[in-house]
Amino acid sequence: MAREKRKAIREARDELRRIIELCKSVEAKSLDPYVVDVEDLIKVIREYFPSWRNIEDLCLDTEALSHIASIVKMQSDWVKHRATTLYRDPFLIEEKIRSLPMEELAEIFLGSWRPIVELEQLTIGSLRGALKYWSDLLPLSERWRKTGYVKSEPQMVTREEMIKEGVLSGEAFTAELEKMWRELKEAASKRGKIRYWDFIGSDTYEETVRRAYLTSFLVTYGYARLEIHHLKEEIFILPNDKPSPKEENIESISFPIPISFEEWKRWKEKRGEG
Amino acid sequence: MERKARRRLSKKSYYASRIKKVARLLFYRRHTLPGAKGWELRRRVGSDYPKIIKLLDEYLGKIGLKVKVVFEEANPPENPTLEQYDKARFYVTLREDLTTDEAKLVGWRIDDLAALCASIAYIISKGGKAQRKELEKLLENKIPGWRVDINLNRFVRLGYLMEDDNEQMYLGWRARAEVDQKKLIDLLLETETKTSV
Repeated sequence: MAREKRKAIREARDELRRIIELCKSVEAKSLDPYVVDVEDLIKVIREYFPSWRNIEDLCLDTEALSHIASIVKMQSDWVKHRATTLYRDPFLIEEKIRSLPMEELAEIFLGSWRPIVELEQLTIGSLRGALKYWSDLLPLSERWRKTGYVKSEPQMVTREEMIKEGVLSGEAFTAELEKMWRELKEAASKRGKIRYWDFIGSDTYEETVRRAYLTSFLVTYGYARLEIHHLKEEIFILPNDKPSPKEENIESISFPIPISFEEWKRWKEKRGEG
Repeated sequence: MERKARRRLSKKSYYASRIKKVARLLFYRRHTLPGAKGWELRRRVGSDYPKIIKLLDEYLGKIGLKVKVVFEEANPPENPTLEQYDKARFYVTLREDLTTDEAKLVGWRIDDLAALCASIAYIISKGGKAQRKELEKLLENKIPGWRVDINLNRFVRLGYLMEDDNEQMYLGWRARAEVDQKKLIDLLLETETKTSV
């Protein structure tokens, strides 16, 4: 008994697959959609529906229904097309295309063809602009050297090394932090917040890294806080009016933000567009 | 009286400068497609751009050109709204028919034009899409096979036809802008009637 039931379900699945294939072939080959007897197919689907128990079978059922819906849409388009003034019997047109000589076909086309008119022209002004651009343009070797970089694995860096590399100045660290905080308060004075990259981003990659480094301390020491919009992939930074000490019952989390060279370039290009 | 004349003159110069701007936008290609979208024209010359287009069209008419508006809708609206104009694309096209000799001058061979005519008419007759293989078979009736492939690829590249991943061919943006589909089908039918009589 159970074996028979299993066999019936297998056959029903095959039937649904056949329906899907039939619809797909009509869709892909743009055959006459009326070759499909929609009512008949729906009857079959309805008949099998009560026997479906697992998700895969229900998905198959839905897929078959979805393809039948496409066929119904094709039928509707077909009727609409037939109702337009453009409709002529395709066999008649095909026959005519086959029977008419090439010259006559070309003549017919010329009677209904109005080619687009376009101009291509250089002006003295655009030549002058192009010349100036060309003379201001640095050789490739220099341009590439300017933006070249060596990719290496991320490593830990100490404050001393940052000073040595010129990323941080020898100024007292808290003084630098407070300077950044004041800058942040001014930058976020309008909306109360500013996009993270708009705040840390600078004309050079080195300066951007320096600002990101200091900003991370602003957040850690409670001078500012981050607002992260995961869905929009946006990070805002909000200055606090006064440094808020870390609350004991609130668990602090680390939120790494990569300041990669590529990301900086993307930001710079975007800013240039804006 | 003098004030009236001055006002008329400033209005005239206002429209003259805008007509110039629109003409430049339509004649010179800035993107991959020629012409301009309605919203681009609105941004450059203001919301009364349909009126400026009408004036430009009248002016171009004197030298055998016209401004062609291609709406997004398959059936062009009788009284388009500003929103429909905004979404439409505007081109400058010829106003009158080309002769066979003139067609040669713009770089088309007669048999290529015939193949284009057959392709467009066939796709229209099939309700807007046709299998590439069917089209190839139809063209091979009169053109050598190697040339059919070159022709179809050229029509796709120029924007007269489009092809999807399933090798279905559709009418492209250029066919919609340049070809009067109804007239093409009517002419084709008329010609057949004449030959059969």
